[in-house]
Amino acid sequence: MILKRRLIQPMLLALMLGLAVSGCGSDYTVFHPAGPVAQSELNLIVLSTVVVGIIILLIWALWAYVLIRFRDKPGNKAPYWPTWRHHRLLEVLVFIFPVVALVIIAIPTIRKTYALAHIPSAKRPPLVIDVTSLDYKWLFEYPQEHVATVNYFYMPVGRPVLFELTAHSPFGAFWVPNLGGMEYTMPNRVLPLWLEATRTGIFDGRNANFSGKDFWRMSFKAHAVPESQFQSWAQGLRQHAPRLTDADWQKLQQFTVVRASSYSSYPSNTFPERPTEFTVHGLYYTPTHKP
Amino acid sequence: MTMNPWITHLMKRLFPPQVLLPDIIGIDIGLTVAAIAAIVFLTKTKRWGWLWREWITTVDHKKIGIMYLLAALVMLFRGGVDALMIRTQLIAPHQHFMSAQQYDEVFTTHGTVMIFFMAMPMVFALFNVAVPLMIGARDVAFPRLNAISFWLFAFGAILLNISFSIGGSPDAGWMSYPPYSELMFNPGVGENYFLLSLQVAGIGTIATGINFLVTVLRLRAPGMTLTRIPIFAWSALITSSLILFAFPPLTVALGLTMLDRIFGASFFTLGHQGMPMMYANLFWIFGHPEVYILIMPAFGVFSEVVPTFSKKPLFGYEAMVVSLLAISILSYGTWVHHFFEMGAGPGVNSFFGLSTMLIAIPTGVKMFNWIFTMWGGRIRVSVPMLWQLGFIPTFVVGGATGVMLAAVPADYQYHNSYFLIAHFHNVILGGTVFGVLSGMYYWWPKMFGWKLNERQGVWAFVFFVVGFWLTFMPQYFLGFQGMTRRMSTYPPGLGWTALNFWSTIGAYVMGVGFLIMVYNIIWSRIHPDWDTTGDPWDGRTMEWSLPSPAPEYNFARIPHVHSRDEWWEMKQEGRTDEVKISEETVHAIHMPRNTPMPVLLALAFFVGSIGMVFEWFWLAILGGLGVVAALTYGSFADYSEKEISRDTILHTEAQLGRVES
Repeated sequence: MILKRRLIQPMLLALMLGLAVSGCGSDYTVFHPAGPVAQSELNLIVLSTVVVGIIILLIWALWAYVLIRFRDKPGNKAPYWPTWRHHRLLEVLVFIFPVVALVIIAIPTIRKTYALAHIPSAKRPPLVIDVTSLDYKWLFEYPQEHVATVNYFYMPVGRPVLFELTAHSPFGAFWVPNLGGMEYTMPNRVLPLWLEATRTGIFDGRNANFSGKDFWRMSFKAHAVPESQFQSWAQGLRQHAPRLTDADWQKLQQFTVVRASSYSSYPSNTFPERPTEFTVHGLYYTPTHKP
Repeated sequence: MTMNPWITHLMKRLFPPQVLLPDIIGIDIGLTVAAIAAIVFLTKTKRWGWLWREWITTVDHKKIGIMYLLAALVMLFRGGVDALMIRTQLIAPHQHFMSAQQYDEVFTTHGTVMIFFMAMPMVFALFNVAVPLMIGARDVAFPRLNAISFWLFAFGAILLNISFSIGGSPDAGWMSYPPYSELMFNPGVGENYFLLSLQVAGIGTIATGINFLVTVLRLRAPGMTLTRIPIFAWSALITSSLILFAFPPLTVALGLTMLDRIFGASFFTLGHQGMPMMYANLFWIFGHPEVYILIMPAFGVFSEVVPTFSKKPLFGYEAMVVSLLAISILSYGTWVHHFFEMGAGPGVNSFFGLSTMLIAIPTGVKMFNWIFTMWGGRIRVSVPMLWQLGFIPTFVVGGATGVMLAAVPADYQYHNSYFLIAHFHNVILGGTVFGVLSGMYYWWPKMFGWKLNERQGVWAFVFFVVGFWLTFMPQYFLGFQGMTRRMSTYPPGLGWTALNFWSTIGAYVMGVGFLIMVYNIIWSRIHPDWDTTGDPWDGRTMEWSLPSPAPEYNFARIPHVHSRDEWWEMKQEGRTDEVKISEETVHAIHMPRNTPMPVLLALAFFVGSIGMVFEWFWLAILGGLGVVAALTYGSFADYSEKEISRDTILHTEAQLGRVES
């Protein structure tokens, strides 16, 4: 009996907790944007949820009504139309209804798809971080600051960051839900993704694409800090952190899970020479300085 | 004691450490015992000849349909056990029910088995059982090819399923994206099994596509115009055309990966300027139409079940056909939505987001049409209808979240998360599986001559649906919490524990639902409720004008069709005696003769595939020669028909009470 209660109580608690936190707890990282990209994506999520929610409720209501009213029970007084198979107006309506719903979602979708492909030009010049996914770890290189980190990175608040993503491993996907949606990391290619933090914080990031048995451990921390703190952090690394040597680079390529670490410099051959994948010319920010 | 080094090497190859886990050895022993029991049973009851004559060499579409169905149910069990293992692992943080390696193998086989070896054969089972009877045909267009399709599927399924006990399972996911699926990251034979088994089964699938395309276009009874065939036959026609164009890209993608792995090519490798992204394109050019290949037959089933159990014709038949066609065409223009995050640029992403949303329009039209079909009807809630009634509120959620996923920037946050997992299970389970199960209960009496017990069927439904909602609704929220697919376990403190716990409980409830269904089938077999009328549901289409099960030749006399829902009209106008024959109207019927060629051909493919999997090229060549031999035999020596005489037909039909006195 005691054993039973011991099992049931946490179960009930878990259910209530699950219901209570759905949508409002800070665990719902997608619902707690810390920057304009995630905010813009969340707005679209909310809009599309409301629109499809109306459709869902409408169909559920129709379904329940039909099921109750037209059940085959003796004494059911509902009309029986055994030959009703067409109704022009209804058929047009059921066509127009989803079209309207989709237009409401489609217009902001296209706008945002284009908007998120640009780094907003009015802002300060972006910080560039070159990201390489390796087997079960992340390498972040700062071509402007000439420092490198593994499994964590710092970014200044209020300044867009251009992530240039590549892989030295199977496909990965770079994802920091609080800051915005993901982008793949692929070998032999460099894909752009810009994110920005508007508040300070430490955000969880992880690999969202299966790349081997320890891929679930490929998480990293994104530290959003004020600009001055970011500069002093980079300065500190340049002065105190060890260099990332070729031997270290070879070691990073092995199938291992490693702790977070920092480097004061890195060899130039660790990242592809030039971005090959800024596919639509003129749409993306073109970086000017490479190591 | 010294062992021959060659044998040591062979044993290491066949039984590497990952197949020597205690649970796998346990399953191996269980399977061996079961196989011995089956052999003893068949020998004792002297059923080997029966098995060979009646089933293995048959070309009868009804029997092939039954074999597809049984195989699909077995595979549903296997894929379901995989699912329960996955959920057990994820019930709490830091669980080590399985190692990460074994977890990867299990989710890979779960996906592969469920899509290719459960859903596809289930769909083909229903096509085989129902389509020829519905359109007034005596068999499919190419009966022997039909048997070839089945046996290729069966040996493909065996090939994938033996991988976990011999050589090691594939572990790169059902999509098997390179470069992870390449030798550099994935040595061992597991991926070879994946490639070869899908390749072998895929040949069978393409053949089935051709078969049903021709069957529906060419074998309709007189008067059965394309605007009169049941929607299920339309769905078979359109699904077949999708198969015909969707499977070749898969063949190419698998073939090139095989060249990479076995012959050292570098189409998709990490080095040597390989283009792994090309695989993603090829795979999804197949993969997106594939999901419509799975869902359209379910739409077809519901378009039969709803009118029958509402006592009303289908609302908006033309709109239903047009929307099926629209979905099939649109489905070719949406594949990039599986990787909006691979940097195609805003123009391409917008195009594919829009084209994906467009599919919601014809699908929405269908939802409304089913509801309007029930409107003004008299709804009988039998088990097939129950699955349909479960389908509408479930599938609409899956469809709606599909639209949400099509909103490109929103997808940046959903992609590869549990939101996506919840979505596609919502449509594949809530759509395809509910659909084929509805169809299974609906056509079961036509297949076997007895009905499945209703009460047990209701219980199976309740457990399955409740379990389904409990499993997958929490997963949408896990996605918003940032949980990604294929994580073999997760740390505590992320808020994922409670939702994962309930999801796992739901999976077990669904498992109970499946067990009740199996019990339902076995119980109903022991206590059969015989269907003596041939029309247990008061049906509307031609298959219900036949006795259950239909005789070998289906129709003693091919009917003349005057309207949609012909059988219903006949019943309304009191013309049901028209299906009876008399001594004057009966003629001898020519039917194809049974042949061992299909099973031998598939066996040769199997042997050759084993050779390729282990890179024993002498065996591959042997298998290849076997294929050539079987095809040669099939082309030159195996072309015969048998005649069913007038007397036999008269005798059979008289016993069924279908001869006019």
